[in-house]
Amino acid sequence: MLLIPCPWCGPRDEIEFHYGGQAHVAYPDDPAALSDEEWARYLFFRDNPKGPFAERWSHSAGCRRWFNVVRDTATNEIHAVYRIGEPRPVIA
Amino acid sequence: MAERRSPLAGFAARFEAAGAGGRLRLAELPFLTQINVRVDPEGRAAGRIGRALGVPLPVEPGGAVRSGDLTVLWLGPDEWLVVGPDEGEDEGDARGPGLRDRLAETAAGTADDHVSVVDVSAQRTTLVVAGARSRDLLAHGCALDLHPRVFGPGRCAQTLLARAQVVLVAREADEFWVLCRASFAGYTAEWLLDAATEYVT
Ligand SMILES: [Zn+2]
Repeated sequence: MLLIPCPWCGPRDEIEFHYGGQAHVAYPDDPAALSDEEWARYLFFRDNPKGPFAERWSHSAGCRRWFNVVRDTATNEIHAVYRIGEPRPVIA
Repeated sequence: MAERRSPLAGFAARFEAAGAGGRLRLAELPFLTQINVRVDPEGRAAGRIGRALGVPLPVEPGGAVRSGDLTVLWLGPDEWLVVGPDEGEDEGDARGPGLRDRLAETAAGTADDHVSVVDVSAQRTTLVVAGARSRDLLAHGCALDLHPRVFGPGRCAQTLLARAQVVLVAREADEFWVLCRASFAGYTAEWLLDAATEYVT
């Protein structure tokens, strides 16, 4: 089980959290102007890196806040945790 | 008028029996008034609410502060739970406005802030888990570090106890409150009684 450091509550067991997929996927400025393919790309297409990945988590059984995590998808190492609205930290 | 019945009304005798060894005390504190407050902690409304409560809203995560018979629990960076004594079931009785109305009135004075004051008293009931073995008992189903150095009086946490969502409050050196959903209360009480078996005799 992962030990995920909630930016508010501190380290908690993974079972207290919900996963929210890739972070920093911007909502289209003008959704009505998108073609079907562009809309489908916004809805369904996500990065799938082997390595550091910025993703959203929600501390659903605790403070119920959403926040961002940079997690290595190959090792599960958590490189950084940061609050919504903060920029993605640079991972060396 | 319908008779009020707390979620754990049927457990009193078994709670009593679990305390027979003197190392544990289990009890329900039924019908506590619980008001959920959401407000920007840096706005003027938060200051007014703090003055009305007699203590500032705690901004440190997991902080629990007391003012008279009120306890203010940190639930999130803009969310608190104010817990007070049972105010009975009659609205607008001779005792004057209740805690919810007093807080709502205080908050309404600042039209430029967004404030939410909601009575959630019926959402959870409160269990007292106290005694020398209270930490050991809770630790059977809670992954948090409950050592007094980390989780002593003045601390609270929303977490899982035996997979049920609870608000855990450290009241005194060996006294905790477990606020759990009314619909989970029976399960939580059964789990506590089962986990307490080794400490009873
Ligand atoms: Zn949290």
